[in-house]
Amino acid sequence: MSKMPSVGFAAGMWRVIKSIALLRESWVGMIGAFLVLFWILVAVFAPLITQFDPNASIQPYARPGTLSASGSIFWLGTDHLGRDILSRIVWGSRTVLFYAPLATLSAYTVGILMGLMAGYRGGLVDDILSRISDIILSFPVLVLYIIVIATIGASGFNIVIAITFASSPGIMRIVRGLVLDLRNRDYVAAALTRGESDWRIMLYEILPNARGPLIVDACLRLGYVIITIGVLGFLGLGLPPPDPDWGGMVNETRQMAIVFPYMTLFPCISISSLILGFNLLADGLREISLRD
Amino acid sequence: MTDTDEPVLVCKDLCISYYTRAGEIPAVVDFSLTVRPGETIGIVGESGCGKSTVAMAIMQHMGANGGIKSGSITFKGRDLTRLNEEELRSIRGSEISMIYQEPFASLNPSLKISTQLMEVPLAHENISKAEARERSVQILRDVKIADPERVMNSYPHQLSGGQQQRAVIAMGLLSKPSLLLLDEPTTALDVTVEAGIVNLIADISEKFNTSQIYISHNLGLILETCDRVFVMYSGEIVEEGTIKSLFNSPRHPYTHGLFSCIPLITTDKNAAPLKPIRGQLPLPFERPLGCYFGPRCDHFLQGVCDQAHFQMKTVGGEPDHRVRCLRYEEIDYKQVVSNTETKVSPEIGKRVLDVDGMKKYYEVKDSSLAALISGKSVRYVKANEKLNFTAHESETVAIVGESGCGKSTFAKVLMGLETGTGGEIRHNGKEISHIKVRDRSTEQIRSLQMVFQNPFDTLNPSHSIGGQISRVIRQFGVETDKKKVFDLVMTLLDTVKLPRDFYFRKPRQLSGGQKQRIGIARAFAGNPSIVIADEPVSALDVSVAAAVTELLMDIQREHKTTLLFISHDLSVVRYLSDRIVVMYLGHILERGTTAEVFAPPYHPYTEALLSAVPIADPDIIKRRIVLKGDLPSAMNPPKGCPFCTRCHRRIGDICDLELPSEQLVKDRHVIKCHIPVDVLSRIEPVIRKPGESDLNHA
Repeated sequence: MSKMPSVGFAAGMWRVIKSIALLRESWVGMIGAFLVLFWILVAVFAPLITQFDPNASIQPYARPGTLSASGSIFWLGTDHLGRDILSRIVWGSRTVLFYAPLATLSAYTVGILMGLMAGYRGGLVDDILSRISDIILSFPVLVLYIIVIATIGASGFNIVIAITFASSPGIMRIVRGLVLDLRNRDYVAAALTRGESDWRIMLYEILPNARGPLIVDACLRLGYVIITIGVLGFLGLGLPPPDPDWGGMVNETRQMAIVFPYMTLFPCISISSLILGFNLLADGLREISLRD
Repeated sequence: MTDTDEPVLVCKDLCISYYTRAGEIPAVVDFSLTVRPGETIGIVGESGCGKSTVAMAIMQHMGANGGIKSGSITFKGRDLTRLNEEELRSIRGSEISMIYQEPFASLNPSLKISTQLMEVPLAHENISKAEARERSVQILRDVKIADPERVMNSYPHQLSGGQQQRAVIAMGLLSKPSLLLLDEPTTALDVTVEAGIVNLIADISEKFNTSQIYISHNLGLILETCDRVFVMYSGEIVEEGTIKSLFNSPRHPYTHGLFSCIPLITTDKNAAPLKPIRGQLPLPFERPLGCYFGPRCDHFLQGVCDQAHFQMKTVGGEPDHRVRCLRYEEIDYKQVVSNTETKVSPEIGKRVLDVDGMKKYYEVKDSSLAALISGKSVRYVKANEKLNFTAHESETVAIVGESGCGKSTFAKVLMGLETGTGGEIRHNGKEISHIKVRDRSTEQIRSLQMVFQNPFDTLNPSHSIGGQISRVIRQFGVETDKKKVFDLVMTLLDTVKLPRDFYFRKPRQLSGGQKQRIGIARAFAGNPSIVIADEPVSALDVSVAAAVTELLMDIQREHKTTLLFISHDLSVVRYLSDRIVVMYLGHILERGTTAEVFAPPYHPYTEALLSAVPIADPDIIKRRIVLKGDLPSAMNPPKGCPFCTRCHRRIGDICDLELPSEQLVKDRHVIKCHIPVDVLSRIEPVIRKPGESDLNHA
């Protein structure tokens, strides 16, 4: 065993550094991390990268590489309304990278709370929560989204609600399974024998020990949520126009895809690369977590 | 094959390494061993010393990252390290068989025993199915399975642990191997079941003329089964010899240390405290120069022991006895022994715990159609049936019994994790068996604490040691000020003899013994009046277990705590307890002081338990009693005496039909049996030491 730093904070930092160092050993994970990091940087530095207003109609049907009137280049061309595709993708990454993690986080919060209750309390609570999740899971996901969005209207936060509604039962199942195992550990019994409250046991004694599988799952799920946001955009249930939204971009230009393939292609590549990034990152994390 | 004295297996200068990300880990260094036909070799050592690696190397089944670096393994003249996969396959399972620790894991749960047994001869020999079946039945009979035909048609889960292990041994013997490797074959079994398996193993070499290598951490089992023994420490053999010479005069300080760590059934805590080996096993890449045991050795001499790695030496006058120690001739163990301090037994105080007819039944709902029709849809598992006993301040009460006897259920009720079904448990006069832990006062919770069995489970892996102990202190309101809590944690760490910087560590950075010490610190943080220890050392290595046991008793002595010690190991119990409660199937069959329980009159079950304990002392004469059958299911207990199905002293139908009443032998010594006390008193003691007419009355 290597020498351990003896101060709490330093130990924490040391672990973070060590886990990043571990990720380096999984090339799959590294590619994933690189893709995700790339999109995060793009989103953060959007104003510096783009030269056009993403919603401004400048010059319709410009091919990639066309020189604009202002002297800048439309690197990825413009769409049928004359908006710069690169600018829209770059600004659109902000939407995705804001709503996807937010929706995942929200789904996890609800799913974890339900899973903890169902797994730890058991009995009637478990029965009720499990049946509710069975009912939700029995619907085709897409139908569920359409019903929810149609009821509460299309907006960024309603997407978050719809995704939370549809994915938290799945998360609940995972958490419940983990809790069923963890609640029989001696440290939980030790906490019980000193009279800790149920919530403290669930959140402090059990949940931290379920984090491994949950982090991997969260990474995968983030990928699915990005697809979902794309799909919702494609169906016209995403962000209201004209704000840039990758799925919406594909939807608006799909009828011209045969003549102007680049209009559809680039947003599609963006979606795929980000999802691939999260999936590979999840694979890498799983590989590492299995090793140690 | 048998008349030649050609050795079956020769390992010569074997070095085995594992290759990991951290680099090469030398697991076994310079290992030499010779097995002659029909001989049983014992390899003994603590976890991590490389004994299983040796077995794996002999099987040539090292996994992806293990490899033999140098040396040879010659099996009947063929070097196993040079054979290809095809040739190895024909040897494995037919000429060399291996039996693992966990019987259930060695059997395929979805195949019948018959299929799994018949597969062995069918795969290795060209015989018909009928013949294979016949041989399988015969071998099951040979391993003393009572109804082989039924077992043949069973799936593994339908058999008990003992039967499973017998079936696994039968499978190993089916191909008439020349060499049988047994890796801790009884560790997962109960003592009375273990006794039967050990008997069987001891008979194997005679009956089948099979050589055996028996790997164990238990010196007592080695003594009962083997002819020669090899002691391993940190990847190398430190001492080898015949059972007689090694057990009578161990030469290596480590071997000697091992013997001082195990409580013998003949010693007790105040007369001869255990002498744990200090420190812990070095990790392979931390091994010191010279003697690997140096840093933990009391006879370490600077400039002699830490120079270069040295070879085994033959002990003068004993050709079979070899030892890896430079100073073995100089060390006088007798002198060291005479320095042993004796401890004063504490004054037994007032009565703190009163268990009065406590009952705990679990309800089992049977929703099958048959149950609905017969109207018996609710059945009860009687986990505890009318328990009666008391415990006083500073007293250690041991609750002894095999798995399923209800000892853990009792602990749960006492701790308030479950509520009792009937009767009372009074703590300082207040009834607590019907109050769940959450409804108890802080004072009550604080004064009843528990030390758990599994060191890897007792601490929350996500939180630091300091955080976990401080939480207990704050929860019990012992201290609230941050600084004072911190100081108290430091004091507790000192008490359990751990370095103070463990405060910041996470459980995974601690060894099993260290975790168990933290578990003890946590239990004593609120200065409890009763501590329940549920097999606190059964998962630890002997040298570590001794230290933890001693620690637990020191703290108990200091705090005048009542210790309820739950265990299945009678030698530990004999060593540390003042009073013993023997449980079987939820009933207390016998209770009394340690001396009373360990001497006649015994309950027949106590007698069998005593006989089943392996004792690492070759001088002791033990009467062997092997119980037949297995523990009955608690769902369906016998109608009369709970022990009647296995009792070797059954007197007649009365045993089957009537629950015996408690017979008072003396003061607080009670036996629940139909046999009159005066008949039981005439039973000869199970354990005798030559030279003493009666050990227990002496």
